[in-house]
Amino acid sequence: MEDEWRPKQCSVLLPTESMKTMAESVGVGQLQEESCVALTEEVSYRIKEIIQDALKFMHHGKRRKLTSNDIDHALKMKNVEPLYGFQSQEFIPFRFASGGGRELHFYEEKEVDLSDIINTPLPRVPLEVSLKAHWLSIEGVQPAIPENPPPASKEQQKTESTEPLKAVKPGQEEEGAIQGKGQGAAATEGKGQLQGFYSMLHICVNFFPLARSTHELSVEQQLYYKEITEACVGSCEAKRAEALQSIATDPGLYQMLPRFSTFISEGVRVNVVQNNLALLIYLMRMVKALMDNPTLYLEKYLHELIPAVVTCIVSKQLCLRPDVDNHWALRDFAARLMAQSCKTFSTTTNNIQSRITKTFTKSLLDDRTQWTTRYGCIAGLSELGPDVIKTLILPRLPVEGARIKAVLEGPVISNIDKIGAEHVQSLLLKHCAGVIAKTRPLPDNLEQYRADYSYLGPLLHSHVVKARAQATLQAQQVNRTTVTITQSRPTLPASQSSLGGTGGSRAPSIIKVPSSLTLMSTRPGTPTQPSPSATKYIVMATSAGAASTQQVLIPPNLSMSSSPVTSTVPSSASAQQPLVKVETAGGGASSVGGSRTLQKYIVVSLPTSSSSSSSSETKSSTTVPSSSASPISAEPTVKTERSESPGASFHGSH
Amino acid sequence: MPTVCDTRSEMAAVQDAPVEADNEKEIKTETLNDAAGNHASAAGGVIPSPPVASTSSSGPAKAGGPGSEEQQTLMAVLQFLKKNNFVGAVDVLRREAGILEDSDESQGQELAASALGGAEAGDATCTLSRASSCTTSTPAVAAAPAKGGEDQPDVNVVLSAYSQQGDPALYQGYYSGLKKFVESVLDCHRAELSQLFYPLFVHMYLELVYNNHETEAKAFFEKFSGDQECYYQDDLRVLSGLTKKEHMKGNETLLDFRTSKFVLRISRDSYQLLKRHLQERQNNQIWNIIQEHLYIDIFDGMPRSKSQIDSMSGSLAGEAKREANKAKVFYGLLKEPEIDVPLDDEDEEGENEEGKPKKKKPKKDSMGSKSKKQDPNAPQQNRIPLPELKDSDKLDKIMYMKEATKRIRLGPESLPSICFYTFLNAYQGLTAVDFTDDSSLIAGGFADSTVRVWSVTPKKLRSVKSAADLNLIDKESDDVLERIMDEKSASESKILYGHSGPVYGVSFSPDRNYLLSCSEDGTVRLWSLQTFTCLVGYKGHNYPVWDTQFSPYGYYFISGGHDRVARLWATDHYQPLRMFAGHLADITCTQFHPNSNYVATGSADRTVRLWDILNGNCVRIFTGHKGPIHSLAFSPNGKYLASGATDGRVLLWDIGHGLMIGELKGHTDTVYSLKFSRDGEILASGSMDNTVRLWDSIKAFDDIETDDFTAATGHIHLPENSQELLLGTYMTKSTPVIHLHFTRRNLLLAAGAYNP
Repeated sequence: MEDEWRPKQCSVLLPTESMKTMAESVGVGQLQEESCVALTEEVSYRIKEIIQDALKFMHHGKRRKLTSNDIDHALKMKNVEPLYGFQSQEFIPFRFASGGGRELHFYEEKEVDLSDIINTPLPRVPLEVSLKAHWLSIEGVQPAIPENPPPASKEQQKTESTEPLKAVKPGQEEEGAIQGKGQGAAATEGKGQLQGFYSMLHICVNFFPLARSTHELSVEQQLYYKEITEACVGSCEAKRAEALQSIATDPGLYQMLPRFSTFISEGVRVNVVQNNLALLIYLMRMVKALMDNPTLYLEKYLHELIPAVVTCIVSKQLCLRPDVDNHWALRDFAARLMAQSCKTFSTTTNNIQSRITKTFTKSLLDDRTQWTTRYGCIAGLSELGPDVIKTLILPRLPVEGARIKAVLEGPVISNIDKIGAEHVQSLLLKHCAGVIAKTRPLPDNLEQYRADYSYLGPLLHSHVVKARAQATLQAQQVNRTTVTITQSRPTLPASQSSLGGTGGSRAPSIIKVPSSLTLMSTRPGTPTQPSPSATKYIVMATSAGAASTQQVLIPPNLSMSSSPVTSTVPSSASAQQPLVKVETAGGGASSVGGSRTLQKYIVVSLPTSSSSSSSSETKSSTTVPSSSASPISAEPTVKTERSESPGASFHGSH
Repeated sequence: MPTVCDTRSEMAAVQDAPVEADNEKEIKTETLNDAAGNHASAAGGVIPSPPVASTSSSGPAKAGGPGSEEQQTLMAVLQFLKKNNFVGAVDVLRREAGILEDSDESQGQELAASALGGAEAGDATCTLSRASSCTTSTPAVAAAPAKGGEDQPDVNVVLSAYSQQGDPALYQGYYSGLKKFVESVLDCHRAELSQLFYPLFVHMYLELVYNNHETEAKAFFEKFSGDQECYYQDDLRVLSGLTKKEHMKGNETLLDFRTSKFVLRISRDSYQLLKRHLQERQNNQIWNIIQEHLYIDIFDGMPRSKSQIDSMSGSLAGEAKREANKAKVFYGLLKEPEIDVPLDDEDEEGENEEGKPKKKKPKKDSMGSKSKKQDPNAPQQNRIPLPELKDSDKLDKIMYMKEATKRIRLGPESLPSICFYTFLNAYQGLTAVDFTDDSSLIAGGFADSTVRVWSVTPKKLRSVKSAADLNLIDKESDDVLERIMDEKSASESKILYGHSGPVYGVSFSPDRNYLLSCSEDGTVRLWSLQTFTCLVGYKGHNYPVWDTQFSPYGYYFISGGHDRVARLWATDHYQPLRMFAGHLADITCTQFHPNSNYVATGSADRTVRLWDILNGNCVRIFTGHKGPIHSLAFSPNGKYLASGATDGRVLLWDIGHGLMIGELKGHTDTVYSLKFSRDGEILASGSMDNTVRLWDSIKAFDDIETDDFTAATGHIHLPENSQELLLGTYMTKSTPVIHLHFTRRNLLLAAGAYNP
């Protein structure tokens, strides 16, 4: 600070040209140079003097910003008439102009049409000052409620995860935390109010924040975790909304983050097998809430969250009745989540986006891929942005068109296939039309389209024409729309996906891996089972809550994994591909039953097929936090049985 | 402007006159003894009061006695003769008058000073006219006090002679010469002598500027401003803007330098060293400045270390003189009035007549034992007349004692809970907050000139019915106090309109019937909390009033503002009872001592002063802050004072000894509020840096060992223990903490405006 001002302090003067300009503005022409110099020094000195006085008013006003009012008061103190009508709230309102060899800063005063002012509706009255009390500290401990700054800032969580050795010891954290806290403090006041039970509970939870190094939860935190997870997957939609709101806004959740991520990944793993669409949707909403929480450092848990999300995008079957249930919406939602996490978390080190793109492309290229998976792959790729669509999907249009044609116009094989093909078709049209409209030069020749895109050509043509018409219609709004879309966050359910996408995502190189990605269906009886090779059932446990930990032992052999840690895990090529199934004791695959107490955990193992059908989505790396062995991680399985029927709950979530 | 300036300087004259006179004499005595010891007796004949008297601070000797006028004429004539080279005449006159050669120059200057003392501008200019300034014309000097205006061509003529003396080119040489000398002396003296740099630098710079050597002044500034201690930055910034003689008129910082002597404490050894050096070098320029503008407080003993010096310096006018802090201060508490206290544990049952006396006796003794014994340090009960206790006050006292029995004992092991009151939607306009002692009401002062009062208990705020309605009620009924209240007016908050500028201070009266507010518009207003209307507007400060505070016993209140004068008022007088002048810059905060006999004021001149209400004397000057002081707090036992400043530091003072006893570092921005817990174990500080910090005040007071030596010299070694004393830091969410309050049960309340 000293160094900054010292060199300048004597020399800061207004330029003499300013004096001339001002003299001219009051009608004094031809001011002599000498008078200008004298005036400059005098005026500069007086200005400094006034500002010094104004600073006093700022200090006494308990502000850090000097306002024009302070200057007015300083002038008044000097018996000078203040400047009337000069108001500036935030910024320095001077505009710059040059011309005729002169450079000017001036105060822009717009002419105001009084009739405009009279006719415009009155602005809203500013809110009245109000008082709100909260506990800043309870017997020396600061509760982590939304009114207080987050106990650990994101930066701190990051340092802790990336440089665990540097992590602050409990004794020192006070001092270290202060720096970071200052910046992160501004976030959630005003929006993060919890109501009723949860806020009470939350205060309890954060009543005794533990040292960060331990991963043990206090009793209150365990209670909170239990309540939140139960509400998230429970039947009451209002409670769920509240719980999700809590996850998305509360600043003190970082300690429970490992539990939440395990809960989600295990939950997806189990429910995908059970085809419990509703629960999968709830879990995805939890992922979104976690991602929305500005105080959480999620990078550490991506290895659990991303496989879960990818599963929900590409899994072959997500619901019991694929012909009726709208599992497509879940895929769309998860695809948007995936795109969002790519945008947020992809770095050159973890390469999330390219690895995800590789996965999607691989299964898209595989001929044997199911319609459902195909849909998911296309959705996932499309959400990554127009560049990805352009490089990876547009070239595939003729092939996909032919495939769709075969199903739609050929002999009816399966109703499910037909629905799948229809969905894929509309998805392709939706995403591609926008991109084509932007990239393809006019005119839109129907024949040309047919030639380029074969079966889908005519349909695409009409969509593109429509898109273009819309674009010209809202000519001015196009830019804004794209911007909005870029920032839009996925919500469920959403029927319209973003047209413009983002231009920001990197276009991945085209990877050609001639292997298919197949999702293992766990229902042996399904006719569409692609690789009905020998299946081995291993009963892992027979009672609920006892053996969910076994899943941790699943060996990874991921050809692709989005987890940053997997690279360190040796993947055994000969390993079997296990899937976990929760089978009810009552037999049969229907999971709609209300109150069952006994469950069987079955690991489905498949020999590695030549096509190395990878089920990466249902897997997580072995680096599940050790805490998952705690009783809490058994929660998800307990919860699953209490869910209502998938269809109903899905509609309920609309 | 002139009117107030005059008032101010008059007041300053009233306050400072005795002290000033003494200082000058003391310096002079030094000079005489050292430089021309053989003529000492002769000099003694000339100066108005004999040098013997100069050592005692009690004698209210006046510098300009009745003889001064004549002497002044004599001096002027002498100067005139000298200037016109009437050497013979000079010699004769000198012999006749008995003025010794060495002393006449400074003598002349001093006379000029006393002659011109009345006028602001005159003051500034005359202090500039150092040695042989009166050369030109006697009438000019004589006319100066009469005119007293800001523009005085005559004075300027007088001063133009001054420029002949010092060669501006040599200033840099003088300064760096001194610098070299200081660098070459023994380590133990270096720190002490380094204190000289800043005042010398300032005065030399101002001289250059005054004599229109603008380029030399700038060069001088550029070259040496970097050497100055960082805590003088703010002043240097002001100085840097000042490059023209014309600018000096009316510049407050400058006037501060000119009108007050910068006080330095230097050990005798160091001082001798310096003097020898300057005499060897014939460095009159610096010697003159030291004599005229600095007050060197010489002490016997070990030279102080750098850290000792740094902890005490930083104020606008150097350190406090030692004798300034010698006066006795009755810091003890007043005896509590005897009230029959039903001290039953169960409040509600306590109202029953039965069983009360039995329980009461032992408890009251334990409570009262403290207050029965007269504290030797306490002032006379009636030293300051205090208002009679009303019945309602007694009830409140009883409530207070009941609450006090339920008070939580605080300490490092049991920290207080903090309840934070956030003002939402205040749009950066919250400027002041106060809580009532029983924590039932909050008042907020706002930049939009309003004062708002909230009730934080379920009891809503009600105003009294209108006069017409009051006539209707039955005055004999038991619940008459309830009946006079207008239920229709009940609300959680009330807005008080009346000020015409931002409200910078609010203060509740202890009986919760009144509220004071002070504002940029120069008034202090008294509001009734019964009718929620303004009762009185106290006009006296013509400039913004920065702070106001009710006495803990009510009736009196103190206000202080930009005019540098603190005023003591009584609510039923529209004119102030006392005016406390002496601060060199704005008074930024005020605080009553718990015994209501003293007030403390903090100022932008970076000093805290303690004033005696009885006689208006300044009894303590605390220096050591490096920025304007924005908060003050007395410990509940009245022994200690805490002050917080813009530099983020909190300093602790022992009032009885007049010593700094602690420094609490940790805040990174202005400390806007300080409060001791009810039993004084914890000091809470709130700051602009959005934190509330708790400090172990018991430990802070215990750690310091005050032996006789430190008590006598005021040189203390401050332990570096801020981190040990810090018990907790609580971050708020973008909410500067501007007020703190301990409830009667020791719950800490904090307040601030959310500032996204």
